[in-house]
Order: sequence, then structure tokens, then C-alpha cells
Amino acid sequence: MSDNTNNHDDHGHHHKETFVTKYIFSQDHKMISKQYLITGLFMGFIGIAMSLLFRLQLAWPDHQFTVYEIFLGKWAENGVMDPNVYLALVTIHGTIMVFFVLTAGLSGTFSNLLIPLQIGARDMASGFLNMVSYWLFFLSSVIMILSLFVEAGPASAGWTIYPPLSALPQAMPGSGAGMTLWLVSMAIFIASSLLGSLNYIVTVINLRTKGMSMTRLPLTIWAFFVTAIIGVVSFPVLLSAALMLIMDRSFGTSFFLSDIYIAGEVLHNQGGSPVLFEHLFWFLGHPEVYIVILPAMGLVSEIMATNSRKPIFGYRAMIASILAIAFLSTIVWGHHMFITGMNPFLGSVFTFTTLLIAIPSAVKAFNWITTLWRGNLKMNTGMLFSIGFVSTFISGGLTGLILGDSALDINVHDTMFVVAHFHLVMGISALYGLFAGVYHWFPKMFEGKMLNKKLGYIHFWMTAIGAYGVFFPMHFTGMAGLPRRYYTNTNFPYFDDLTDINVVITLFAFFAAAGQLVFLYNFINSMFFGKVGSKNPWNATTLEWTAEVKHIHGNWDGPIPEVHRWSYDYSKMNKDDSDYVIAGQDYVPQHIPLQDNEEELSH
Amino acid sequence: MTAFLIVLVIILFGVAVWQLNKIFQLSQPAQTEDSEVASEKDNNTQGYLMLGFVFFIYGLLALCFWLWGDVLLPVSASEHGIETDQLFLITMILIFVTGILTQWLLHYFAFVYRGTEEKKALFYAENHKLEFIWTIIPVFVLAGLIIYGLFTWSDIMSIDEDDNPLVVELYAYQFDWRARYAGEDNALGEANVRLIEGVNQLGVDISDPNALDDIVVNELHLPLGRKVLFKMRSQDVLHSAYMPHFRAQMNCVPGMVTQFAFTTNITTEDMRLEEDVIHKVENINAIRTEKNLDLIAKGEEELEMYEFDFLLLCNKICGSNHFNMQMKIVVETEDEYNAWLAQQAPLAETLKK
Repeated sequence: MSDNTNNHDDHGHHHKETFVTKYIFSQDHKMISKQYLITGLFMGFIGIAMSLLFRLQLAWPDHQFTVYEIFLGKWAENGVMDPNVYLALVTIHGTIMVFFVLTAGLSGTFSNLLIPLQIGARDMASGFLNMVSYWLFFLSSVIMILSLFVEAGPASAGWTIYPPLSALPQAMPGSGAGMTLWLVSMAIFIASSLLGSLNYIVTVINLRTKGMSMTRLPLTIWAFFVTAIIGVVSFPVLLSAALMLIMDRSFGTSFFLSDIYIAGEVLHNQGGSPVLFEHLFWFLGHPEVYIVILPAMGLVSEIMATNSRKPIFGYRAMIASILAIAFLSTIVWGHHMFITGMNPFLGSVFTFTTLLIAIPSAVKAFNWITTLWRGNLKMNTGMLFSIGFVSTFISGGLTGLILGDSALDINVHDTMFVVAHFHLVMGISALYGLFAGVYHWFPKMFEGKMLNKKLGYIHFWMTAIGAYGVFFPMHFTGMAGLPRRYYTNTNFPYFDDLTDINVVITLFAFFAAAGQLVFLYNFINSMFFGKVGSKNPWNATTLEWTAEVKHIHGNWDGPIPEVHRWSYDYSKMNKDDSDYVIAGQDYVPQHIPLQDNEEELSH
Repeated sequence: MTAFLIVLVIILFGVAVWQLNKIFQLSQPAQTEDSEVASEKDNNTQGYLMLGFVFFIYGLLALCFWLWGDVLLPVSASEHGIETDQLFLITMILIFVTGILTQWLLHYFAFVYRGTEEKKALFYAENHKLEFIWTIIPVFVLAGLIIYGLFTWSDIMSIDEDDNPLVVELYAYQFDWRARYAGEDNALGEANVRLIEGVNQLGVDISDPNALDDIVVNELHLPLGRKVLFKMRSQDVLHSAYMPHFRAQMNCVPGMVTQFAFTTNITTEDMRLEEDVIHKVENINAIRTEKNLDLIAKGEEELEMYEFDFLLLCNKICGSNHFNMQMKIVVETEDEYNAWLAQQAPLAETLKK
């Protein structure tokens, strides 16, 4: 416990900020959080636009679309998409959405915004490293975007970039300069992520305000904290894989290559193994999906409790399940590799650990549902997205029982069933978490301005209907045996009867994407002209709502508030059950001391 | 130029919407500062919508089954596939029961506890008994699933060579397949891509005596009811040998030999007479006939009518023609198989030519 920040209470109001130090190379966590969000959203719109292009191709493979020519130029002459470009689109879509939107855009934005504000700190432990972290992320985004413009096309070996396909330019055009840029971009991204994560960990451990014990932290902070730890443990492994792949590609080493005959000649490489790469990749890749989903879980828990006007049900069980999920997430990577030629005994072990994850996940889902029970639900947009999150997390998570079971995985591995599963459980769910967070904390980011609720409702319902409309039918194409990453499924007759499904999926995809335009408009409009609400618009208990509405360096004008209770005292009654603890107010903020007529609970 | 104009139109459209919205907002009476927080009316509307949404989910699911229940894979054509299909069904039933129930609770609670001014939420922070119950139930259910799954998995993956399975090599390269039969000795000759030369496309070591009677073909024939042990190799990048009708899949990895074994339990001929398959083929041919009308009108070549065949597909991204890397599989009686094999030339003969 440390309150060492208290001794520079008056810090930060004197020195003059220039445009550059305030908006560009800012070291203030609130500005950095906005920078992360806007960069993440920008990347997200590129990622979604790409998915629309390849959905068009899948629905109407024989049709010539001028829109291909507009966006893809020479790779889509006469409106016919080149198969290599199709692969490039799915690859970059995956990379952007997983890393740039859901890792940096989600965790980066909200860890930065909420960690200092909710634990009662003036800023991150190191504002400078925080700034460096953002600018490395920005640089990696720029490089990733630049890779779209290289002569032979961007990386196209799938977001998992398995060698030898990704290592040999002879194997596909995208494995040339495009792949090099992809690897460089990701290496920088990893550096950014590590700097950010270390900062989050140190801040949470050292800079909590007086009274803020670990068991009084809001679940958001627990989720960000544990996410950062997983990131520090697993991202370096991807860095090593990327470095070895760079060496295989450029310096003739054979970490992942052996016995290859391609384009009419035998390569010298011998002794390497692509399976090694798969192990290294998934040692990050699996924890990565939890890096994506845990912050969303934290945001949802917080927003759900606030809007239900109830404490989150089973606070300790929620923390325990976050820890259990984090631990298990590092020992399940092999379930991506049941049929890669890995020893079948390992397959058994990974089936066991994988299905275990269902237990903490089930506990979380039940606890969220119970949090709603007998609540007084305020249907704000953030709340709708939180409920939507639980819904997609359940429907996507349940099909994990099939994929995690090695015997069943044999027949659905790498089919569209997998695509449907992970989009629901970590793609859509995490996006819902992101949106819930944006709607809920927008006033904190933009000095009290609020997003328009009507547009928010339209956005939510279009997204919710679109998401299920896209991904329920997609399970059926998978169960029909359709492999993923097929440029068209009508080249031979067997999958001809899936065309209808593909058309339906694409129509829903466009519907959902149109919903995102509503959000974009709402976001930009509210950023400048949004209505300013009260200081604590959702009547929440956490510390960020006690901070100044106007952004100042140091967050609180006076001393940092001291914490006397956990963050979930919603609708708590006084001893004689006659009224709420504070008469007429159904919540008690964390900085309010224990009242006379109040029963002390374990927090 | 078109591109520029389109972008311009989009921008102008955006500006127009923006301006319209501004006018709309200005014409509204001044609102309270909490106008963007959900009002009681909002809670009510959104609560009802939530209730509607759970029925949308159920309806969508039912509709999917009704419309597309017939595109799913037909009955398993391998013995172990019947086991895995059984496990798949059990898991699916579990998923549906849990899914339907939890979605109902979630959305129904969202509806029934929608907020009002008078309502008071219940301060209900924990209940260890309840939490214990919903931890222990998944533990037991999952323990059952894990044990069932593990037994099935080890049955499939443990290959007993004493059964004298038929050994066949599946050889993958961008973008096609070859199959190599071990011949009379049922032992494959050694091979390495470094030995690829001329007609020896698979790099078989011809100094290995086991290699001489090997037979390389581009159509996979399997005898009914005999265990087949596939040895997979790849020439260039990762591929995956996916035989959906046999519930079988294994990656082909350059630099190593992977394996998978199964026993067929129905011939191609009999499979074509299965009700599911007849129905599926009719559907596909109806679609193709319709397409042909278009093609005839355009004066292009017509599509052939489809007849069911088992397929070997590539199921690991492998390059531009990944979507068309496939091979036909024929399952036939032992006699038919032997007759077919006798017609194929062994490697010793092919290489002499």
C-alpha cells in the first residue's frame, strides 16, 4: 500500500503545455488512452472494411464487383478478385482485429484510462514509458498499413503465419516484402505491448491510494492487472518466434524449415520443424485470446453492477476465476494443434486442461446472470452491450466444448465452424466489451460529454442482430465440412448448396457494418457537440467519478481521495433496513467512510 | 476518377446527415443534463426488446436448422466416425440445453428487472452454496465429457501395426495430391524430396527394395472394411489431409511423416443410395440446373451434373489454389479394389519408361 503520490499534490498545474506535449507526445494517461482508442478504432474500420470485401467474394464468387477494382486496383482486374488477395484480406483482417483493435484498442485504451483513475493515482508509474508504448504501437500500425501497398501484396499466409508458407516467397507472393513488414510491425507491436503491460503492473502494485487494498479493487483493475501479467509472460515467446522466422527468411537458417522442394528446386534447409513454430506461436496465441477477453470481462462486470444497482455477485469468485483462467490459458495452447502431427498423448493432456477452462468461465457467466437477478436495471447503452457480451460469450463459449475435445476436433478443425466459434466468443464478445466501455466512460474521456443514447440503441441492436445473423449460419457451413480460407466454395460441386448460407451471412455482415457507421457518427459528433452530463452520470461508486471533469494533469485538484470500502456498495441498506445507507441514494462511493448505521461486511 | 467521385459523394452525404442532425437538435427543446442517461421509458422499451431478442435467437437457430439442416455431413463412412458422431451429438445436446436455458435467464432477467423509480435492487453479494453448486455441476459434466473424449481419442490415435493395415502414403504439394500404395510387401519405400527427379515426382528412393513395387496414383481407392494406415508427407508447405466423410484429418508437414488410420464401412456405391446423400445431390443438381440456364443464355459451357464422391480436401492454408486442392476417394469391395490395383503400374515399371 502506498500513498507516496500524495506528497506532490499540487504538482502539474504550473508548467505550460504546448500543443505537441498536450495532444501528440503527451505523457498524460487520459490523453494516451484517447490516442489508443482512436488509433484502435481507425484500424478497426479498416479491418471491418476488409471483411466486407471478402464476404462479397464468398457470397457472389462469380460476380464482378467494381468495388474490388476501386480498393484493390491491379489485384482485381475487371472486378475479379485475385485468390492471393483474398488470402491477404483474411490475413490482415485477422491481424488487425486481434492485435491492433482488441489488444491495443481495448486493453490499451481502458488500462490507461482506468488504472490510475480507479486506484486513485495521479498518473501511470512511468508517464514517459507509457508515451513510448503508444508511439511504438502507432509506428507498428503505420508499418502494417504500409505493408498493404507493397508491390507483391501484404502478408497472406493467414494471421497465424505458419511457415514454410510464410517463410518462402516462392510459395505465395504475399510472403515477400509484405511478410517482412508484417514481422517488423509485430516485433514493434510486442515491444509496445510489453512496455505498456509492465507499466500497468507496476502502477497497480505500487500506486493504489490509501485504503485501496487488493480486495477493494474494482474488477476492471483486476482484469487489466492479470491481463498485463499474461502479456508479459507470453508475448516475448512470439517475439522469439518472429525473430527466428525472420532469420529463416533472410539469413538461411533452418529453425522451421526442412526437406522442401518448391518451384522446381530443393532448398538447402534441413532439420527444422514447422511444428516448433506452431508451439511457439500458440504459446502466445492462446493466452492472446484471454488478453483480449479478460479486459472485456472486467469492463462488463463493472458496468453491469453499476447499471443493475447491485453489487457484482460473487466478487471473490470473480477474482478467483480471472486468476484460474489466466493460469489455465498458458497451458492449453496445444488444443490448436491436435492434428498437426504432435504426439497424440499430448493431445489428451491438452484436451484435459482445455475443458477445465470451462469451469471458471461457467462460474463467471452464472455470476453475471445472478447480478441481474432482482436488480433495478438501468438500460444504458453500456449495459445493453454488457448483456450482449454475456450472451455471445455463452453461445460462442459452448461450442468450445466441441473444439476443445481432441476426438471431435478432428473433423471440425480448420473448418468454418472454428471461424464461427472464435468470432462469437472472443471477437464479438470483446468488441461488445469495448463498446460497453466506450459508452460508459466516454464522459470520462471527453470531459463530461456523453454519447447520444438513441444512436447508441440503434448501434447496439443492429450489431446484436447482425452478429448472430452472421455467425449462427456460419456454424452450419462448418458442420457441412467447408474448410476455412477458401476463396470460393463453388469450384467443385460438393459445397454448391452452401451458396445460400453465404449470401445470408454476407447480408447480415453488411447490416452489422452499417450499424458501426452509426457509432462512428455518434462518436465524432459527441466528441465535439455531445451533451455534458452530470459529474457522475451513472451514479457509480468508483473513484474516477470523483476526479475533475475537466482534464488536469494529476486527475484530482485537491488531495487524492482515501478509500474506505469496496466498489460495489449499490443498494446497500442500513442496519434497520429502513433506507439505503445514505438516505435516498442507492449507492455509496468508495471514498465515503463507514456510516454509523451501516453493517460492516468483509470488504 | 470514379473512385474520387464516390469518395466525394460519401463525404458530402456524411456532411448532409451531420447538418440535418444539427438542425434536428436545435429544433428540440432544451433538455436536462441527464438526457443521455436511460429514462424509465428507455428501460421499459429496452427491456421488452431484450425479451424479444431471446426469441430472435431461438427463432434464428430454428430457422437455420429448418433451412440448412440438409447441408450437414451425411452419416459417417468410417467405423470410428460413428463413435465421434455419437460424442458430437451428446455434446451438442448439452450445448443446446445449457445455451437455451442460460440465454433465457439472461434476457428474461434483463426484461423482468428493468428499472423503475420505485423498484429497489436487492443487495445480494454472495452465496457460497449457490456458487458451489454451479462450480461442481460443470466439474462433473466436464469430467464425463473429458473421459468419454479421451477414450475415443486414444482409440482413434493408437494404431496397432499388428492388425496388418493397408499402408498408403498421402503426398501433398501445391496444389494437388498423390497417393502411393505400398504394393505387395505392404511396406513403403524410403523417400525424400531431395530425390525428386523427372517422373519420380515423390522423391522415392529407388535403391530401397521396398520401393520397387510401390504404386503412385492420383485417385485414392480404399477397400471396404479394411484398416487403412495413411502416412502423410508434404513437398513444400503445410497442408492438411481432410476427409470429412470419414471424420478424418491430419496435417502434412514438410520434413516429417504424420499418420492417421481408419476403417471404411460403406462403399461409394452404397453411400450414393443413402437418403441424406440422395437429397443433397438433388439439391446440388437443382442449383446447377438453374445456373446452366444462365450459362446457356450467355452461350457458355454448361456445368456437369453432380454425382456423389468422397473427397480428400486440403484444409490448411497453402497458397493461391488452396480452395481447389482435392482428390477423389473411391471406396469399393475388396475384389473391385484388387482389380483396380492390378491395373496400376508399379514404380519400377514407371521409372523404366
